[in-house]
Amino acid sequence: MATVELRFSALPEHVRTARLVAAAVARRAGVDEAVLDEVRLAVGEACTRAVGLHQSGGITAPVKVALIEEEKQFSIEVGDEAPRSAPGDRVPGSGADDVDAEEDEMGLAVISGLVDDVEVTAGENGGLIRMTWPRTPAAATVG
Amino acid sequence: MDLSLSTETVGDRTIVKVGGEIDVYTAPKLREQLVELVNDGNFHLVVDMEGVDFLDSTGLGVLVGGLKRVRAHEGSLRLVCNQERILKIFRITGLTKVFPIHTSVEDAVQATD
Repeated sequence: MATVELRFSALPEHVRTARLVAAAVARRAGVDEAVLDEVRLAVGEACTRAVGLHQSGGITAPVKVALIEEEKQFSIEVGDEAPRSAPGDRVPGSGADDVDAEEDEMGLAVISGLVDDVEVTAGENGGLIRMTWPRTPAAATVG
Repeated sequence: MDLSLSTETVGDRTIVKVGGEIDVYTAPKLREQLVELVNDGNFHLVVDMEGVDFLDSTGLGVLVGGLKRVRAHEGSLRLVCNQERILKIFRITGLTKVFPIHTSVEDAVQATD
C-alpha cells in the first residue's frame, strides 16, 4: 500500500496541494533536499497533465496520486482516467486540441528532463506516470 | 502563495514584476496581464521573475505566448531571473535560446540586441 494517497477533483487549484503534500512526504522519506524542488515540479507537471486530460475529456473522477516509500527508493504515481485508444492517437493539426497537446508535451518534456527514472503508461482505462527517486537512508529519520 | 503582478513603465519598456507561484491555477492571470499590455500598445516587455517561487510548464507556455504576441508587433519580451531553480526549467526545455534572460531589470531595460 502507498504511504500516502491523495485523490482530488480535477481542478487547477488543487495541483498546488498535491505538490505540497508530495514534497512533504518525500522529505520525510529521506529524498535529498537538493532534489525536493524537482519532486515538487515533476508532481505538479504530472497532476497538471492529469487535470487537463480529465477536464478536456469531461471526466468527473478524481485524479489519484500515490506516494510510495520503499526501502531504497521513493516513488510517486499520478493516475488519470482519461482513456486512450492508442499512443499518439491525436492527429496533429486537428484544431483546438493542438494547444492542449502542446502543453501536454511540454509537461512531459519537463518531467523527463527532471526525473531520471520515469515510466509513462496509458491504456483504455487511463494513464499513469510513475516517477522514482533514490532515498538517502541515513536521512530518513524522525523529523 | 498566490500570484502577484505589478507593472511599471521605463522609457519604451514595460516592466511586469511577478511574484509567487506560476502554475496551472495562476498562469491564466499572467496571460491576461500580458494580453492586456500588448492590446494597450506595450510591445517591449520585461518580465521580472526575481520574486517567483515556482514556475511550471503552464507558466512557460504563457511566456512563450507573450513572446509570440509582442513579436507580431516587432516587440520584445525579456526576462530577469537569477534563481537557479527557475533557470533550470528554461534550460531543460531549451527556452534559454528563445528568451533573452538578464540578471537585472536595468540590464534588460538597456538591452537592444
